[in-house]
Amino acid sequence: MNPEKVVFGFFIVLALTLNFGFFVGELDNPDHHHVYELFAVVVVNLMATVLKFGDRSQMGAVLLATSLVAILQLIAAALVWTAAEHITGTGLTPTVTASIVSLSGGAMLANVISVILLIIETVMLRR
Amino acid sequence: MDNIVFLIFRRMRRPLMTLLVVYSIAILVLTLIPGQDANGNVHYMDFFHATYFVSFMATTIGFGEIPFEFTDAQRIWVIFSMYTGVISWLYAIGTILTLVQDKTFQHALSENKLAKKIRSMREPFYLVCGYGETGSALVRGLTDAGQHVVVIEIDENRRNMIRIDNLRDFVPSLHGDAQKTLHLQEAGLQHSLCKAVVAVTNVNEANLKIALTSKLLHPHIKVICRADSHDVENNMASFGTDHIIDPYDTFATSLATAFQVPCLYLLQSWLFSANDEIELDEPVYPPKQKHWVICGYGRFGKALYERLIKEGIEVVVIEADPSSTGEPVEGIVMGRGTEANTLSEANIEQACGLIAGTDNDANNLSMVVTAREMNPNLFIIVRQNHSDNSAIIEAVKADMVMHPSKIIADKIRVLLSTPLLYQFVSLAYYQDNNWACELVSRITALVGHQVPNLTEITIDKNEAQAVVDVLEHGETVKLADLQRDPWKRRDCLKCIVLMIECHNDLLLLPGSETKINVGDRLLVCAGERGFTRLRWNLLHDNILSYVRTGTVVKHGWLWEKLSRKSK
Repeated sequence: MNPEKVVFGFFIVLALTLNFGFFVGELDNPDHHHVYELFAVVVVNLMATVLKFGDRSQMGAVLLATSLVAILQLIAAALVWTAAEHITGTGLTPTVTASIVSLSGGAMLANVISVILLIIETVMLRR
Repeated sequence: MDNIVFLIFRRMRRPLMTLLVVYSIAILVLTLIPGQDANGNVHYMDFFHATYFVSFMATTIGFGEIPFEFTDAQRIWVIFSMYTGVISWLYAIGTILTLVQDKTFQHALSENKLAKKIRSMREPFYLVCGYGETGSALVRGLTDAGQHVVVIEIDENRRNMIRIDNLRDFVPSLHGDAQKTLHLQEAGLQHSLCKAVVAVTNVNEANLKIALTSKLLHPHIKVICRADSHDVENNMASFGTDHIIDPYDTFATSLATAFQVPCLYLLQSWLFSANDEIELDEPVYPPKQKHWVICGYGRFGKALYERLIKEGIEVVVIEADPSSTGEPVEGIVMGRGTEANTLSEANIEQACGLIAGTDNDANNLSMVVTAREMNPNLFIIVRQNHSDNSAIIEAVKADMVMHPSKIIADKIRVLLSTPLLYQFVSLAYYQDNNWACELVSRITALVGHQVPNLTEITIDKNEAQAVVDVLEHGETVKLADLQRDPWKRRDCLKCIVLMIECHNDLLLLPGSETKINVGDRLLVCAGERGFTRLRWNLLHDNILSYVRTGTVVKHGWLWEKLSRKSK
């Protein structure tokens, strides 16, 4: 067992599960989407991205790419939230919530791809 | 470049993770601790403000407490996160700085730069493995002749000498083991413009490995190797190494030349030397009436011993350690040869020649001085092992000096730049001494006492456009035509065509009636002006038609009309 692989797999799967947790619920209901969850998703995704740095393989490159996509989407979601609260002052209206959650949904898609790639790699190794 | 990016990222994983963890915990806890607003109401900091605050706190920029003054509970947490935040920042920055100073990193950086430079080479180049005495002499000779060279050297200090050596051309050099295929490839082994690989490291095995790798990966490339033992030579020859150079055998052969054709020896050492300053000496005539004394029966001693025996000369060998070198059938005189009693035991008083051939320059010189006192008429051959000792070796005024590094470097340079010269010398060996002496005096008349310019000219579209055009019209061009002065065709150019290679046939000193064909290669020896004018003859059809027929062809519509009218 390679401890590095354990940590790696842990963060990739955790990124997906947290992302899913934030995403589920009514799309435009702010009560179903908690800010701490989004925070956790962003942090874990950042960590997963850093872990993918410096991997020379083709698989590593694709994994890094999916992570970067997820980060991009999540940061965008966080920015939308911040803007709604502090800049425009509209607060979490259904429109704003919907766009935040759908952005995180996109990130989740990227995270799903990450996990699929991880599974593929593992299966190839076992063969 | 990829390597470096990966290296940085891999090294930065841990510090970046630390930063991330420290930041996220600090931010998270800040949002959890209740604070107070200006009116004393409970206020929880939101993520936006927490992130903002932690960002300027951890980098020690510091703007004060926002959005409201902190409660004491918040301050306790801030104290804690301040220290962890600053420390993780220092850790991350420190890692980057170490990375930049790291040897591996710097090496990767410079290697990358170099590989890119070599990949973008647009002119033919030679790959020289080993920048020792031989390598540096060779690289100097080649760059002085306007050729491009790439060097691989295993020793960092010797590689740095390239920068100090003040070469004419920029020489990209790779620090690495040339035995490793990767390093050879990085240095451009498989580059389409890589014309030859020269293996002149001081390790036979390394040279062998380089030759083998080169022949396997780039079969059409010319491979030239240094080898000090016959075993390795046979091994190298077995997979088609183009030229294998053994300095001892080479010198022994030229000594034999000096015995048989003294003028050719003179001509050869003159034409092969890289240095323009060397003046033509009188030919040396090594004596063979009485016996010779060889000090040192190593590889050099053995090679000379065999040659001298073949010449029918009696030889006495002095060797200090016959158990490791072996000994000839006649037996040896034990001793170092530096003391008078050993020398007199070898009957130096009655000898006609001395070969000081040990691998120690000081011993060799001491031998020469002692022997000269006992017999001032000796013909002396000294082996020089280090080029630093040139001054003292010169001071003893030996009749012949054998410097292995220089011999190899000169030979390789000739093989690379004017391979025809090499063939010329081996053909000339079968001529008699008068022939060689006459040639020497002809060349001296041409260029004075400096080293003559030698060039190979191929009759093709590049180097002799005009000649090719005339030949393609079915007309003939004779050698005499090319050697006429384009200013005044009755005069002859100051140049000698030493040899013509025509469909693999070699023609030594071709007569003036020799016909030129497309694809011929000419070895030409000439002064500076002779060359320029010869080039005119070869390249400009006007001039060529003048030197051939004495008439100038009119070019262009108008001139053709006018010349037709005047007829």
